[in-house]
Amino acid sequence: MAETVLEVAGLSKQYGATFALRDVSLELREGEILALLGDNGAGKSTLIKILSGVVAHDDGEIRVAGEAVRIESPKHAHALGIETVFQDLALFDNTNAVGNFYAGRERTSPSWLGALGWVDDRAMRRQTDELLERLQVNIPGKDTEIGLMSGGQRQAVACARAIAFGRRIVILDEPTSALGAREAGNVLRLIKEAPEHGVSVIVVSHDMEHVMEVADRAVVLRQGRYVGETEPTQENHERLVAMIVGTGEDGRAENGGGPGGEQAAARS
Amino acid sequence: MATATRTLGRTGGTSAQGLSLALRVIRAGPVLILALLVVILTLASPYFFTGDNLSNVLVQVAPLACLAIAQLFVILVGGIDLSVGSVLALCTVTGALAYGWGDFGGGILTVAVILLTGVVVGALNGIMLVKGIPTLATLNAARGLALLLADGAPMPGIPPSSRPPAPASSARSRFPVLIVAGFGAAAWIFTTRIQWGRWVYLVGGDKEAARRIGIPVDKVIISVFVISGLSAGLAGLITAGRTDAGYPSAGQLDELAAISAVIIGGASFWGGRGTVGGAIVGVLIFGVISNGLNLLNVSVYLQLIVIGVVVAVAVELDVLRRRLEERFRTI
Repeated sequence: MAETVLEVAGLSKQYGATFALRDVSLELREGEILALLGDNGAGKSTLIKILSGVVAHDDGEIRVAGEAVRIESPKHAHALGIETVFQDLALFDNTNAVGNFYAGRERTSPSWLGALGWVDDRAMRRQTDELLERLQVNIPGKDTEIGLMSGGQRQAVACARAIAFGRRIVILDEPTSALGAREAGNVLRLIKEAPEHGVSVIVVSHDMEHVMEVADRAVVLRQGRYVGETEPTQENHERLVAMIVGTGEDGRAENGGGPGGEQAAARS
Repeated sequence: MATATRTLGRTGGTSAQGLSLALRVIRAGPVLILALLVVILTLASPYFFTGDNLSNVLVQVAPLACLAIAQLFVILVGGIDLSVGSVLALCTVTGALAYGWGDFGGGILTVAVILLTGVVVGALNGIMLVKGIPTLATLNAARGLALLLADGAPMPGIPPSSRPPAPASSARSRFPVLIVAGFGAAAWIFTTRIQWGRWVYLVGGDKEAARRIGIPVDKVIISVFVISGLSAGLAGLITAGRTDAGYPSAGQLDELAAISAVIIGGASFWGGRGTVGGAIVGVLIFGVISNGLNLLNVSVYLQLIVIGVVVAVAVELDVLRRRLEERFRTI
């Protein structure tokens, strides 16, 4: 059994009187692609914001590589090896792929000068080329400003940046939602390759087809609670949908039985 | 079917090439405008393209060049520094005061006080802006302080270091140009080769993204205002050296001329775009227009209108650039 890179136990987050997350527990194993499913308001966004250091959790525990941590800031999350690609991508339209790859962590020398150091463009460009080649990302014209690229290319650059710099975990928020079929296909291929580059992936998506294509396991949240989990296959499709929308008692019953129960047993 | 797709692909290709060519022309726009102006004025006035006149233009625009570099840094992060003209005046006054205390270190004290005043006001500007107070406040306050300290009148008193000892007047007049050249080169290196300079562009490109990626956004903004204050101080140094006085009413409306020059030079009001070279070109366009029109005996009033038109064209080019980029993206 692969090692656990991330463990979340009893996590809660309250905004005023409403619980955005309530006692949520899950884990992410090394080299795994985990899908996070749920309707609007299920708590997916809150969970990934906590994991990427944008908001702090109220209760519960987060363990990264076995060590209990409280993720204080995006910088802290980076230091822990967690990279997040939010839907707005956080790309800089006024610079090219290289500038975006190294935005905020430009290669400089000498090191004692800190942020006043000399930027080494040649090294950054060489390493970006290598990375893009390794990840098989095709970008026309490396000098083209990101602002001039299509949605799929932008998404690919953002995902490639996260996979390249994430040392442990890459979190992707709806990576294919704004893309056409072909562009989505490219991004999905990139996600599937991520484990080979030494990272585990949490992907939030509404698109069940895409989830089934890339994810090893799917965790479902509803109204801030953990509902269940299962392997996202064609056979489990309807079960997953039922868990997401919470049709009647079945949704809760699924917590125990079936493949989800198997996973739960493996966890304990 | 296959032919149709191929044709579609090809037209996509040509229009992409056309668009990228158009974008390149727009980016080269300021230099082209300057070249065009030089050609026209050379044809119109026999005196224009002479060494004397051109070096005169350079000396004339030196303070504006400093203010434009000041402005460029702030515009790069998506702001505007309305206070640079007032800070220039305040710097000349504090310099004259320091000179009045005694000429320590052969004028080094005076120069230091002038530049320090700029840096301090700049830092205050930055800290206040981060807290939501605009530089409009400093535009008024710094001017008021300058007038107050100087009792409302020019203060004779010469910062000697801004006036080199060489007896030849040509050396003296060239000094401002040397200051601008040195400072411009430093600013150019800072914006293109230094990591903190890169961060200035990233903050201007997208503040939120910059914050999330771990760039100290507030510190970058404050540093940009410190640089702006220092540049205004240099402009004050040049002005004080030229007028031989602390001049509390100097630099009025110069902030607007500086903004115009930066925008003419291809920077974007939206932030994240613009270069030191472009700002200098913008300043030269400014200087060449007013010098050329003077040579041609065109009224000062008309000159303002011409500059207004050039600014309008520059802003329109920026808007056009954004629109072309949008089109480019959808190809």
